[in-house]
Amino acid sequence: MARVWKFGDDIDTDQIVPGRYSPYMTSDADLPKYAFIEFRPEFPKEVRPGDVIVAEDNFGCGSSREYAPLALKRCGIAAIVANSFARIFFRNAINLGIPLFEDPAAVQALNDGDVVELDAAAGRITVGGRTIELRPQPRFVQDILAAGTIADYIRDHGRFPGE
Amino acid sequence: MSRGSTLAEKIIGRAAGHAVQPGDLAVVAVGMAMSVDSIAPSVIKVMREEFRIPKVADPEKVALFVDHVAPACNVSTAEGQAEVRRFAAEQGIRHLYDVGTGVCHQLMIDRGLARAGEVVLGSDSHSTAYGAIGAFGTGMGATDIALAFATGKTWLRVPETMKVELTGQLPAGVMSKDAILHLIGRLGIDGATYRAVEFYGAEDLTAASRITLCSMTTELGAKAGMIAFPQERLAEFGLPEWLFADPDAGYVHAETIDLAALSPQVSSPDDVDNVSSVDAVVGIHIDQVFLGTCTNGRLEDIHAAARILKGRRVAPHVRMIIIPASDDILKQSVADGSLISLLEAGATVSTPGCGPCIGRHQGVLAAGEACFSTANRNFRGRMGSPEADIYLGSPLTAAATALEGKIADPRNYL
Ligand code: SF4
Repeated sequence: MARVWKFGDDIDTDQIVPGRYSPYMTSDADLPKYAFIEFRPEFPKEVRPGDVIVAEDNFGCGSSREYAPLALKRCGIAAIVANSFARIFFRNAINLGIPLFEDPAAVQALNDGDVVELDAAAGRITVGGRTIELRPQPRFVQDILAAGTIADYIRDHGRFPGE
Repeated sequence: MSRGSTLAEKIIGRAAGHAVQPGDLAVVAVGMAMSVDSIAPSVIKVMREEFRIPKVADPEKVALFVDHVAPACNVSTAEGQAEVRRFAAEQGIRHLYDVGTGVCHQLMIDRGLARAGEVVLGSDSHSTAYGAIGAFGTGMGATDIALAFATGKTWLRVPETMKVELTGQLPAGVMSKDAILHLIGRLGIDGATYRAVEFYGAEDLTAASRITLCSMTTELGAKAGMIAFPQERLAEFGLPEWLFADPDAGYVHAETIDLAALSPQVSSPDDVDNVSSVDAVVGIHIDQVFLGTCTNGRLEDIHAAARILKGRRVAPHVRMIIIPASDDILKQSVADGSLISLLEAGATVSTPGCGPCIGRHQGVLAAGEACFSTANRNFRGRMGSPEADIYLGSPLTAAATALEGKIADPRNYL
């Protein structure tokens, strides 16, 4: 059982982890404590491994900081479902092995605090007895996630996805 | 049916070694990959511990900058910078630009590290700036940069391209910053997500103004921002003869901006696309004015501010912080007297670099304060307290605002 943390449009990387809380300014080990520290202060305290983030348009816009998705990964976020993602965040999250799903219908069906069951590998989420089939990810994304992370992929295959 | 190529498609195609179409995944050679003090320690760690590759593929194609918190503000940042210096020495990387040389993107262009016709990567989102000199510049995270350092390659999804045509001349008091803020206001901060933006009609703007345009395409979510130079003028700009967009290239979308019709623009908190004409926000109280960053810390920006502030005084309650984007710009502004007129007006100067742009040092904001900045982002909490407000505009508008201590129209002072 996991819960849904729902967000609106244009959640930027400064909202996910403000620059002042970066591992460069503080200590790397503390990173998960700073996820949404100012924007949604209860998040780092209450988030549990396996929880799911649901967001509307353009999640992760702003900077190239990989520690934004890294903080979410270290909090144990199992997947992010959004209407759309900002492009650098999308790459970073996939590289780190966080399953992302672009699926507006699922976003509409999921609410903050919902208790859900997620099967990220199968692309399926169950809420209130109803199972939603998430929109399949592009092939190369599936390939990276199947390996784990982009580092795992390159180590396993000795080449880039699609090369 | 075959059709011509956009600039992004031409550059990616050459770097991939085969023709590409939007939507293709291409593995490409990287002309230069750079990282900065705040991210490079992660890049180094990922390269060694995740990819387990001890050496960069080609030290000539790696550049490192100490600009985001320069000089260091605490032990943690000092340790990170020491790590960057050790890495450069151990790997034989000679493109290390240390404290005081300036903002990464400015140096990438000025020192010839970003080259026309190449794919250039930065661990910083405003790497789109390199489109101003004909490179496909794009920002990526630490893992992608580590991979580029280690292999000299990256993968890209070939973007669709959007065309933006500039017509007319900028009126007095209006700068290229106003044009790009206007475009962001029109399209929204996801208005070009995953796309390349190609500007037409920008070749007669100044070089500095073109960098501002390309740099801020990041605020549209764009993957790259490029200036389309006319084919017959490529030699004049020192660009390779193949670096033009084909007349029959395919665009997903087109916009036109009539420069002549623009007024000074201001982006109000909390999103960059919250843009209005300056008239709508005139009179808002401002505590700090920041002139600098990779977006607007160039010589023409310092000159623009000096034009308004020379012989005048900044409002008594305003802290005006000037950070030239590079050491050369600092020296030139000292030599030509523009900096002294700003100092005499009551401004102060900090080390070339990013300064307070990301709220880490040199001008962090307190709760309840408002800053008028020439930077590129006004997200809540970016420059310090989440209770502080950030307004964005051109160097001219920043100077007029410093003078009055509230947002002001620069056209009243020209
Ligand atoms: S000046 Fe600001 S936007 Fe530019 S590279 Fe530095 S932190 Fe990023």
